[in-house]
Amino acid sequence: MWPIERLRQAERRAAPPEPRAPETHASLDPLRQAAAKEQEHACSVPRGGGWRPGARWAREDQLGKVALPPVTRQPAKHEIGRRDEAAANPFRAVPSDEGGRSRFLPGLARGGEPSRSDGGGAAAVRGNPPRPSTTAYGGGSPPRDKLGEELPPLVTSIRNGNRIVIAAACPVAQMQGLGPGMAIAQARAQVTGLDIRPADPEGDRAHLASLAVALARRWTPTVAIESDDTLFLDLTGVAHLYGGEAAMAARLRRMLARLGYTARIAIADTPGAAWALAHYPRSGLEGDGFLVCLPGTQIEAVAKLPIEALRIDAAAVELLHRLGVKRIVQLAAMPRAPLVRRFGAEIATRLEQALGRLPEPVHPVTTPEPIAIIQRFAEPIATAEAITHWLGTLVPRLTAALEAKGLGASRIEFVADRVDGVPQRIRIGLARPNRDGAHLLRLLLRRIEQVEPGYGIDALTLHVRRALPLGPEPFTERLDEEAAPDLATLVDTLATRIGLGAMWRNHPVESDVPERSVACMAVLDPPERAGQRLRADHVGQLDRNPALHPWHPEWPKPARLLRRPERLDHVVAELPDHAPRRFTWRGQSHRVVRADGPERIHGEWWKRAAEAHHVRDYFRVEDDVGRRYWLFRKGDGERPMTGDLSWYLHGIFG
Amino acid sequence: METKDFRRRPSLPFGIAALDSRLADNGLRLDALHEVAAASGDMAEDCAATLFLAGIAARAWGPILWVVRRRDLFAPGLSQAGLDHKRLIYAEARDDAELLAVMEEGLRHRGLGAVIGEVKRADMTASRRLQLAAEGGRTIALLMRRHAREGMDPLAAPSAAVTRWRVGCAPSTPLPVAGVGRARWQVALVRQKGGESFEMQVEACDATGRCALPANVADRKAAAGGAARRAA
Repeated sequence: MWPIERLRQAERRAAPPEPRAPETHASLDPLRQAAAKEQEHACSVPRGGGWRPGARWAREDQLGKVALPPVTRQPAKHEIGRRDEAAANPFRAVPSDEGGRSRFLPGLARGGEPSRSDGGGAAAVRGNPPRPSTTAYGGGSPPRDKLGEELPPLVTSIRNGNRIVIAAACPVAQMQGLGPGMAIAQARAQVTGLDIRPADPEGDRAHLASLAVALARRWTPTVAIESDDTLFLDLTGVAHLYGGEAAMAARLRRMLARLGYTARIAIADTPGAAWALAHYPRSGLEGDGFLVCLPGTQIEAVAKLPIEALRIDAAAVELLHRLGVKRIVQLAAMPRAPLVRRFGAEIATRLEQALGRLPEPVHPVTTPEPIAIIQRFAEPIATAEAITHWLGTLVPRLTAALEAKGLGASRIEFVADRVDGVPQRIRIGLARPNRDGAHLLRLLLRRIEQVEPGYGIDALTLHVRRALPLGPEPFTERLDEEAAPDLATLVDTLATRIGLGAMWRNHPVESDVPERSVACMAVLDPPERAGQRLRADHVGQLDRNPALHPWHPEWPKPARLLRRPERLDHVVAELPDHAPRRFTWRGQSHRVVRADGPERIHGEWWKRAAEAHHVRDYFRVEDDVGRRYWLFRKGDGERPMTGDLSWYLHGIFG
Repeated sequence: METKDFRRRPSLPFGIAALDSRLADNGLRLDALHEVAAASGDMAEDCAATLFLAGIAARAWGPILWVVRRRDLFAPGLSQAGLDHKRLIYAEARDDAELLAVMEEGLRHRGLGAVIGEVKRADMTASRRLQLAAEGGRTIALLMRRHAREGMDPLAAPSAAVTRWRVGCAPSTPLPVAGVGRARWQVALVRQKGGESFEMQVEACDATGRCALPANVADRKAAAGGAARRAA
């Protein structure tokens, strides 16, 4: 459920804003009513008769009309009997052989036997014997998109060895009998219109971890990630802030519902009991989605639950089932020593932990603390020299803090709090994570004139707005060549002056159209991306020749290219493929003495349909004083559709 | 045994004996400012100066910073002058003052092989700043002076540059068949520190950024020119 709801949430976020209902609807309504009135009296049989039993129109297209018979014509009994929904499947639900539990009939699956539903659970632990609570997902109606249409059943797929199986299934899919572990092929055969997405377990875990951090910041300081879909929250001393445990659970559940997640929450004295109650809910939990087990009552609360609720491994569960031990109460009544001898210490430990006789420590997530270095002053400072001096002491403290965490700053904000409450901010960005104090200080000092001290500054703060891990990096250990200089510091320095957008690098693009053959990219991007490696049996392996460079180094290219080709006047040229004898560009006449060409370049019809027939014939010409230009003519000189034979100057050779 | 000088070559020779022998440092000093201007305001001569700079930068070491005012450089053309697109970083400045400041930052970084800038106006102070920034490093500073106004010589303004060049187009090498041969430039060293000015015609940069002497000039001085051509 966590992965499924995460997918849905991402979709909602990515979805375009809801389109406004067209205004025309209201104006069309009278027309529509009139049309409906007309239709009422029409016969369902097409005009002109020709009715015969079993005609196609009677079977398919007209079924809707038959279902709502016009008042003028009562359908015959046999006709009413014929239109019917598909007969109920006469077969009983059979547990799938994939190991999944049969969920053909949701009422059964959720009713009698408490079944493990794969919902995300948050277990809140409270009190000195910790008290657990869990959250689980309820069934509810199928999700709908913004237009109110039901979404198709959604499952995620993951590769498990040789098989591609379902990793998670939405409630609608579960109702149709799909479950985790089922082969995708089988699921596709079983349910039409199934929406299958690749599973992203890493992303799910990361998202759950971010939720845990958010909960730890906002709700309770101790939040532990128990499994891929369960969190433990320690409510000790926190619940009263939210009006009690029940109120807190309800609020937490509402908050998660707003985010798009269905949660099952159980609150108990021990984490084990809370986990059990959240994952194996009794009937009380289904209503409002949370369950509060009163202090000291967790033994009774979990007694009736199946032994799977103790988080013990499946083999032990299987063996205990064979021995007739189904419920926790049965397990609790057994003597511990034989149990430990037979199954190891795990079962006994889990049992005692759930019942509160053994402690169960949880490992809370640590919330990352933003780095901020603050210097307050008793007397306000106002001069650039003073700010420079204090920056000189703040930056080493910042780099020490960064180094202690193994981070490098990539965005830093310097805030000078003025006496009159107008903060002065300097933001610097770094191309690569960096904690070199001298470099940071240089970047900050360069912008210091942007600080307006006003009546004085009473505090200076350096905030790390964005930091990335920065560890030791390998360098090329070669004696015969020098290490490549690090350009990141240069990029930072220039970016503070002209901005990152004003710096670029070029890289070749495979296109013969000159203006498309060059693309810009960020300065610090790796200049050359490794080409796609061909498979061993790929036909491309037969080509032993090195790949052609997209820029064709042998064909002369101009040093500068005009942003858009400029039209030439008074061009004298022979058709179809001769270079011009003379032309006029920017008011200056040129007499051509030498020329090379044409180099014919066709339009890239696969990029724009409009240039399907375009042709440019490029010529390299030299005039009588040795100036060399790159001209082209639109059209090949034979077919008018290729161009209008106008001449342009596109580039200049040196 | 001047091994130190050999390892850290202080100057960048052209590889043409007839040209290098007339330069004070037997080449372009690496830690200095050099200025290049087109022979006229025409775009073609401007491009000749551009490629002349590109060839010098191509023979320098390491990454190159090219500070421009307009984005009209065509990377395939520069790569045919030996300046690979992987080595080249572009920066666009809004005005001449910003361009000179960016150039200075690049020179002070010491991790660049060459810094090229295109300005219309740079006074003595600006060129002196660039020269000071370049000193002590291995980054060659190349300033391209554009024609601000028709009929004004951009090299007339005083400057602290070590060498000042004027590059213009010349008719290309004649071919026995129809077509455009290898381009030629009329290169003039207008001023240099510790040397005489001169003027000569060279063939444009090849794919490694090296110029060459035209064949007729080379043949005339068989001893000097021919050796230089083979070395190139």
